[in-house]
Amino acid sequence: MIEPFVLRAALAGVGLSLATGLLGSFVVWRRMAYFGDATSHAAILGVALSFAFGLPLYAGILAVVVAVALIVAGLSGRGYQSDTVLGVMAHSALALGLVAVSFLPSVRSDLSSYLFGDILAVGWRDVALIWGGCIAIAGLILWRWDGLVTATVNEELAQASGIRPDRERLVLTLALAVTVALSIKVVGALLIAALLIIPAAAARAFSATPERMAALAVLIGAGAALGGVAASLSFDTPAGPSVVVVAFLAFLLSLLRRADH
Amino acid sequence: MSLLDAVGLGVRHGDHQILSEVNLTVDPAEIVTIIGPNGAGKSTLVRALIGLERPSAGRIERAPDLRIGYVPQRMKVEAGLPMTVRRFLSLPHRVSDAEAEAALARTGVQGIGNRQLSRLSGGQFQRVLLARALLARPQILILDEPTQGLDQSGMAAFYRLIEELRRETGAAVLLVSHDLNVVMRASDRVLCLNGHICCEGAPGDVSAAPEYRALFGGGEGEVLALYRHHHDHVHDHGAHGDHDHHHHGDAA
Repeated sequence: MIEPFVLRAALAGVGLSLATGLLGSFVVWRRMAYFGDATSHAAILGVALSFAFGLPLYAGILAVVVAVALIVAGLSGRGYQSDTVLGVMAHSALALGLVAVSFLPSVRSDLSSYLFGDILAVGWRDVALIWGGCIAIAGLILWRWDGLVTATVNEELAQASGIRPDRERLVLTLALAVTVALSIKVVGALLIAALLIIPAAAARAFSATPERMAALAVLIGAGAALGGVAASLSFDTPAGPSVVVVAFLAFLLSLLRRADH
Repeated sequence: MSLLDAVGLGVRHGDHQILSEVNLTVDPAEIVTIIGPNGAGKSTLVRALIGLERPSAGRIERAPDLRIGYVPQRMKVEAGLPMTVRRFLSLPHRVSDAEAEAALARTGVQGIGNRQLSRLSGGQFQRVLLARALLARPQILILDEPTQGLDQSGMAAFYRLIEELRRETGAAVLLVSHDLNVVMRASDRVLCLNGHICCEGAPGDVSAAPEYRALFGGGEGEVLALYRHHHDHVHDHGAHGDHDHHHHGDAA
């Protein structure tokens, strides 16, 4: 008989991988890795503000993360050197969040659960939120799939085909922000970006088309979630980092495959 | 009814005036070439025509539901993005295998549907881009420096293909180029761009225009000879210079 907390952890991880696999592929294709960092680090600031103003946790995180995501997307679209802007935003948001949290003794005590997540402590409400949110995000991405991929390949090409690249970018930005907010309890602010990038990077070596890569990224992410939870139970390791380590092992395996070519 | 009209078009990037007072019309089935030195605003003009640049002045009119077949300049496919030729041809609208293969065959690259885009040679890649553009059954083909990286015979073959496609499909062609020698003979009309339209008209007239000579210097005799040799169209456009050169300074 599986313990309920293990079942919840497995469900949360698998549900999340649905969104992170699809979005993570776009993060890799569009070189948005830093964007994942900037938005996820902003989540810590969201945690602090939620507690300070007595807001529901997910709502507070979502508000801050969406705001930072839109600022970053706006700035990088305006010709600022985008990796610099993203670097400034990512680390400033994290530092601001940590400073803000230090004024709140109640959060300070379990700060590490927001930095690294605690998938073994998610409740049924979290599981429901994650599945609801991730199915909505996956639906949005699949609905707009061809337009998103075309705009990712080349913006001019997309525009000439009647697709608005700026609109597709906004869809991705918002979907990423929501995913980050949903995943903070699972892997924490410091490792969300890893969950976006590593499964997609591992899937690359086995894929000839974007569809296959995205589908494999979802599967690898789900496998990493299950493997990480199992490893955490067996070896008493922290759950979030264990999930990322299993994903990393999948990435290492994919390097062997790439060396074949 | 013309397909594409730019009227008094201006584009600014911050303080930098890239284009000013550009008037351009493309009618069905004609081949229009835009030539100009590097930094003349050629790619900006193309981006404005397809709707990616917001005009700071003037306006752009497209025929209703205009189908554009676009071949971008130097498109780079991100190494992290796996993409077969076949899959690429179905972006953004799915096409059947038969249609895809027919388009590849028409542009002379049949049987490469399973190859990765990133593994193609420059010439193959240009032909795949052209095949994809054809699948949209375009009323106008817009090609931005399509022969970069091709050798002389590759260029000539590519332009021959464009002319054939124009005859077969009736699509207009808007070509951006700085390789004048090969381009001119294929064109019905040439516009010389340097931030504004310096001169325009039939290719022979443009290459004789003083504004053109000022921009491109010597070698016109050679261009003209090459051009006349192959020239068998009738033109009713006269070259006319734009003698109002007050914005020369910021376009340089």
